[in-house]
Amino acid sequence: MSDKQLKGQNFNTFMKGIWEENPVFFQLLGMCPVLAVSNSVMNALSMGMATTFVLVLSSTLVSLLRKLIPKQVRIATYILIIATFVTVAEYAIQAISLEVYKNLGAFISLIVVNCMILGRAEAFASKNKLGKSILDAFGVGIGFTFAIFCMGALREIIGNGTFAEIPVFGENYEPWVIMILPGGGFFALGVLLLFVNWYQQKTKKGATK
Amino acid sequence: MNTDSMGYIFISSLLVNNFVLSYFLGICPFLGVSNKLGTATRMGGAVMFVMLVASLSAYGVHSLLVKIDALFLQLISYIVIIASTVQLVEMFIKKMSPALFRALGIFLPLITTNCAILGVALFQTNREYSFLQSIVFSFGAGAGFTLALVIMAGIREELDLASVPNIIKGAALTLMIAGIMSITFMGFAGLGGS
Repeated sequence: MSDKQLKGQNFNTFMKGIWEENPVFFQLLGMCPVLAVSNSVMNALSMGMATTFVLVLSSTLVSLLRKLIPKQVRIATYILIIATFVTVAEYAIQAISLEVYKNLGAFISLIVVNCMILGRAEAFASKNKLGKSILDAFGVGIGFTFAIFCMGALREIIGNGTFAEIPVFGENYEPWVIMILPGGGFFALGVLLLFVNWYQQKTKKGATK
Repeated sequence: MNTDSMGYIFISSLLVNNFVLSYFLGICPFLGVSNKLGTATRMGGAVMFVMLVASLSAYGVHSLLVKIDALFLQLISYIVIIASTVQLVEMFIKKMSPALFRALGIFLPLITTNCAILGVALFQTNREYSFLQSIVFSFGAGAGFTLALVIMAGIREELDLASVPNIIKGAALTLMIAGIMSITFMGFAGLGGS
């Protein structure tokens, strides 16, 4: 395989995670944090970044150790690896910004049980070489951050009339408080999925014509 | 009502702060196994059991970790406890009811990554609940999870008969219903005097 082809393939691995195999929109993985901490743009972004950090590091380690881990106990091993990096992330966030730490609360620890990370470890990192696994993890992580950012932006703009705490609509806007509340999270994700479905159907029809 | 009282903790974790509908924990099984009423009920039972065991062990482990001053191990030890409990439940169900084992399928081992269970363990630690309070809290949370799952399964069974536009079928529709349910559950907010 020529160098150029290899590069193209790597690029594809990276891009797939962002849109085609976006963990939230198409695979419906890792929904809990997407719904729970997307009530403001800042929360959403910091959550996305923390998750990407854990995802990349755990994919790296899983990929490095993939020949050493016995098949029978692989899931338990992956979970332990992930839990270790989540603990690192938790202490790091606490050290960097206490405010972010308080806003995200228990949801930082709950990154451990984000099925997306375990899914990537099992489905990709345990079968592929180091470089490819890192690229894939980055792609999926950015895809996840993108999705949670969309949710955060949608909910904050409609529910609070601001974007990252900067007013968007001016003073006369009456915020739809429901979008910040739990119910709004479900609605916002429902609407986003609807939009993604619609887009997918449209492009499919275009392709067959 | 006193926020430390048993009744308050139970009602709060069951209805007011329902784990699925207001904390968004355990969304994966909530969307995944809520298409049949029978499966949903049993799934709820399994989750409730794991939650109770996990909460009890988490309480013990936490006091041990405080004693040896190794709190950074908290997350790792909790997840190990949960994983082994789930393994136990899996073996039990496989032996007792193979039909149920097949019906739950991949979602049974996935209870390990059910955020609701780790959530219970973490919340009770953060709020410094006593031993009895932890039991009541985990029981309420488990019952709340089952309640949400069963209601959702009931609605979805009826929805199969309705004709909905193709584009909204699947996850989008389920999420919209969950949104309406979540708003309904907000009506409980006055209970328990909070």
